[in-house]
Amino acid sequence: MNITRRQALVLSAGAAAFAVAGLNSTPSFASAEDTEKAIMAISGGKMPETGKVTLTAPEIAENGNTVPISVSVDSAMTEGDLVESVSIFAEGNPNPDVVTFNFTALSGAASATTRMRLAKTQNVIAVAKMADGSTYMDKKEVKVTIGGCGG
Amino acid sequence: MASKPRVKVPKKATAGEVITIKTLISHEMESGLRKDKKGELIPRKIINKFTAEFNGELVYSVDLHAAVSANPYLEFTVKVNESGTFKFSWVDDDGTIYTDEQSITVG
Repeated sequence: MNITRRQALVLSAGAAAFAVAGLNSTPSFASAEDTEKAIMAISGGKMPETGKVTLTAPEIAENGNTVPISVSVDSAMTEGDLVESVSIFAEGNPNPDVVTFNFTALSGAASATTRMRLAKTQNVIAVAKMADGSTYMDKKEVKVTIGGCGG
Repeated sequence: MASKPRVKVPKKATAGEVITIKTLISHEMESGLRKDKKGELIPRKIINKFTAEFNGELVYSVDLHAAVSANPYLEFTVKVNESGTFKFSWVDDDGTIYTDEQSITVG
């Protein structure tokens, strides 16, 4: 394959742009892979199914320091159909872990609300672990105007 | 500084009712990622664990990480079958445990 001078220039320009982009990305932020690793640790190696769990988060959060989030899982919360825990992960935070809610048969319903920090616009993921070991997930993108987490 | 937690538990409920409990504790939830004016990292200091017990039995707990907002707010449900007392505990990174108790009449 012959590369013309013009093509070579385009290629090298592209490579340079890529290198610059790579340098600019801050390594202190969690990547999607870190989040996936954390999810796999809960699910035992396979991607959780979607459904059953509902994550409620604002579409746009003006202040990333306090973003209200709620989760609820469709479950009878009896011995045979019990939600063990729901974990929340943030893909674009310095650390993907946010919070884990641990339920019991006395919880009555598998629902919880809290407020979290978001460093930037990113996906928030809820992973529910049932007592029988099956896992379910839900994902919401939250646009953040002013990031939390300080700096 | 963490102050006395604020907890909202209904005073009365019917047997088997699922009640909603709201809790809030004043705490800076210092993430350990921020820097002070000299550019040095401020050490992490957060509430890392919350538990709710009813008549001595654990009914709900939460593991908190640095991404939970300052003054952590937690809302959850509990099914009550009998009258009794709730005991709520917040565990600080420095080992301090803040507690609060609330009673409920079921009948």
